[in-house]
Amino acid sequence: MSEIITDQKTLVAEGGIEVAPTKIAVNNLDLFYGDFHALHGVNMDIPANKITAFIGPSGCGKSTLLRTLNRMNDLVEGCRIEGEVNLDGENIYAKGTDVNLLRRRVGMVFQKPNPFPMSVFDNVAFGPRTHGIKDKAKLEEIVENALRKAAIWDELKDRLKKSALGLSGGQQQRLCIARALAVEPEVLLMDEATSALDPLSTGRIEDLAIELKKDYTVVMVTHNMQQAARISDMCAFFLLGDLVEYGDTQTLFSHPVDKRTDDYITGRFG
Amino acid sequence: MNNVSSSAARKPHKRKSSVFLNLLVHCAAILTVAVLVVIVGYILVMGVPNLRPELFSVEYNSENVSMLPSLVNTLLAVLLTLVIAVPLGVMAAIFLVEYTTRGNKFVKVVRVTAETLAGIPSIVYGLFGMLFFVTFLKWGLSLLSGCLTLAIMVLPTIMRTTEEALRAVPDSYREGSFGLGAGRLRTVLSVVLPPAMPGILGGIILSIGRIVGESAALIFTAGTVAAIPMGVFDSARTMSVHMYVLSCEGLHIDATYATAVVLLIIVVLINALASFAAKRITKA
Amino acid sequence: MKGIKESLAKVLFTAAAGVSILAVALICVFLFASGVPAIGKIGVVEFLTGTVWRPASETFGILPMILGSIYATLGALVIGVPTGLFCAVYLSRFASPRVKRIVTPGVELLAGIPSVIYGFFGLVVLVPLIRQLFHVQVMSLLAASIILGVMILPTIITVARNALDAVPDSYYEGALALGADHERSVFRVLVPAAGSGIMAGVVLGIGRAIGETMAVVMIAGNQVQIPSSILEGVRTLTTNIVMEMGYAADLHREALIATAVVLFVFVLIINLAFAALNARSKK
Repeated sequence: MSEIITDQKTLVAEGGIEVAPTKIAVNNLDLFYGDFHALHGVNMDIPANKITAFIGPSGCGKSTLLRTLNRMNDLVEGCRIEGEVNLDGENIYAKGTDVNLLRRRVGMVFQKPNPFPMSVFDNVAFGPRTHGIKDKAKLEEIVENALRKAAIWDELKDRLKKSALGLSGGQQQRLCIARALAVEPEVLLMDEATSALDPLSTGRIEDLAIELKKDYTVVMVTHNMQQAARISDMCAFFLLGDLVEYGDTQTLFSHPVDKRTDDYITGRFG
Repeated sequence: MNNVSSSAARKPHKRKSSVFLNLLVHCAAILTVAVLVVIVGYILVMGVPNLRPELFSVEYNSENVSMLPSLVNTLLAVLLTLVIAVPLGVMAAIFLVEYTTRGNKFVKVVRVTAETLAGIPSIVYGLFGMLFFVTFLKWGLSLLSGCLTLAIMVLPTIMRTTEEALRAVPDSYREGSFGLGAGRLRTVLSVVLPPAMPGILGGIILSIGRIVGESAALIFTAGTVAAIPMGVFDSARTMSVHMYVLSCEGLHIDATYATAVVLLIIVVLINALASFAAKRITKA
Repeated sequence: MKGIKESLAKVLFTAAAGVSILAVALICVFLFASGVPAIGKIGVVEFLTGTVWRPASETFGILPMILGSIYATLGALVIGVPTGLFCAVYLSRFASPRVKRIVTPGVELLAGIPSVIYGFFGLVVLVPLIRQLFHVQVMSLLAASIILGVMILPTIITVARNALDAVPDSYYEGALALGADHERSVFRVLVPAAGSGIMAGVVLGIGRAIGETMAVVMIAGNQVQIPSSILEGVRTLTTNIVMEMGYAADLHREALIATAVVLFVFVLIINLAFAALNARSKK
């Protein structure tokens, strides 16, 4: 892969504070659904190999922003985007961008687990097969690795040929994570990925996210502030389409700069 | 993965299989539309110039091959069949939706038989009508035999569409009516049926289309006499049967084209009516 | 007073619901009462596997008609299923709303065109065309298959499209998010997910093709023979009935009713398959 990725090691800035390189840079992003101005001039740099959380009340634009990062918003009719989203310095909204390749590099896990109505194996193998891998042994290896990374191999290794729809909600979601990992993405987007799950499954997925940031850049949307505080490194607070505050999670929760952020995290609204 | 450049800005290339599938999908759609356009267009082009006034003479004879009696007969057949089938079908649907409890055996049998009826080919209906109404009940080849046969044939359609329409009426309507002390019958008639009317109408229009187009079930039940019947026990040839007889005789090809045009226009009108009704339903 | 009215209404509604049971019972009784004894007289094996149909000498074998029905239906499927499926995919996942608004009523109109018009069109356009192209026999299995294929198109399109429309969008999004393009997402995820619904449409199409009478009788040639090529004439179960019922008497007449019994059994099997598939696709 290109040199941009190779020098992705953690840089140590002067003063000894760790500064991660930027993986995704959002520049002056405006998003419209028809006449509705859903995101207003968002600017943010999302660091590599960290968990970045988007929080805010529902309808604030956090999911919308997440979906601009792999261009899932392209599916929405009347959705228009101004500004740039740079992935490793290249604008993903530039003309001629291969959207399928982009989505391969930026994987996504959805709010509701959405395994395909096929076997566990075929679910995980779907991505690699899509990208041209036909060799059976190779596929088996990829599937096993992906399931291991998603910490669900032991549970599922005897049920690879069974329908994925028979799994529990938590298992389904981890399967979906495995399925996303099988295409070897660089970024993993998680859109309220635990909101449909019980606390135990939620905990597992949180642990998994922390584990995954070693290899991936994780961006998550959550409506659960405790979750953001627990596992994220960076946190962004949105309100009515504005990015109100963005920074180190600890700082944001302990010393919010903006009054609105303070109101939100202390539970005064939303 | 194998040698993928990281460049997101690389020119996108479509997979060959995707290009091929895309092509197939569009070809299939174009083909379907083309078939429709060719059939309708051909019938219109060949038929419209042949629409001569004598084709609409009151009396049919082998000279003028008038389609007017068959046209009138079609109308009579539609009316008579609906008069029989609509009350039965609507009442049966009311029973299925409003009067039954879950897991009722009788209901299951009703459903299975209605589904069976929906799948029986029209020629089998025709034979049954011949054996039962024409021969066993000795009603002969007659409008009544034909229409009773058609009524059984369209019954499942009316039942199904009415059932769907009734089920679409929110339960809160019924609860509201019961809450005011209305009985079940009154609730059904004055609260549930009115909002279901467009749906029921849609089923009726669908049935009209089927009656107008039917020929195999009518040849051995209503017969092929090309005159307006004096009563329900007279034989009556409908438009579709007329069209079949004409094209089998092969003597009046021009008149056959013209008959096809009229039949087609009727069908188009019924379809337009149906989609109009469907729009009303979705709006309601 | 109110109580009487209520119970009267209930009786009336129940009776109306019973009509469909009565109808099926009557159809079975009358068909089987005339058809089954005839099969007994002719001999089950002779009737079902006999290849000679000669009413004058009381020889009634319907194997050519059984095969004729099966061949014509298969031919219709070869034409109707791919076209119908791809067209359904188009309407469900490719067409713009504007195009849908135009094409959908077109498909409905295709379903509404009477059999006789299809038959007539086949007779005046398709049959001469086939004659010109292949310089062969006038009416044939090929003509019947093509017309039947067109006739089952709307059935397959409508049912398959409804099945595709019912597949949750989350499957589609999931596939796209893995980097699959639109076509692959549709054909590798949505179409398999709608599988049993699509199959139900195909089965319904089979039912329609095997039961179709008037369009086939006008273009299939109707010779009693087991066709050795698609360019030969063919007689189906349905056309056997409609061609000879007008003048048949005695055992001949009963043999025709027995033909309908065989057809009826075919249709029952198809109905069962359809119901099973429907139950599965709802699950």
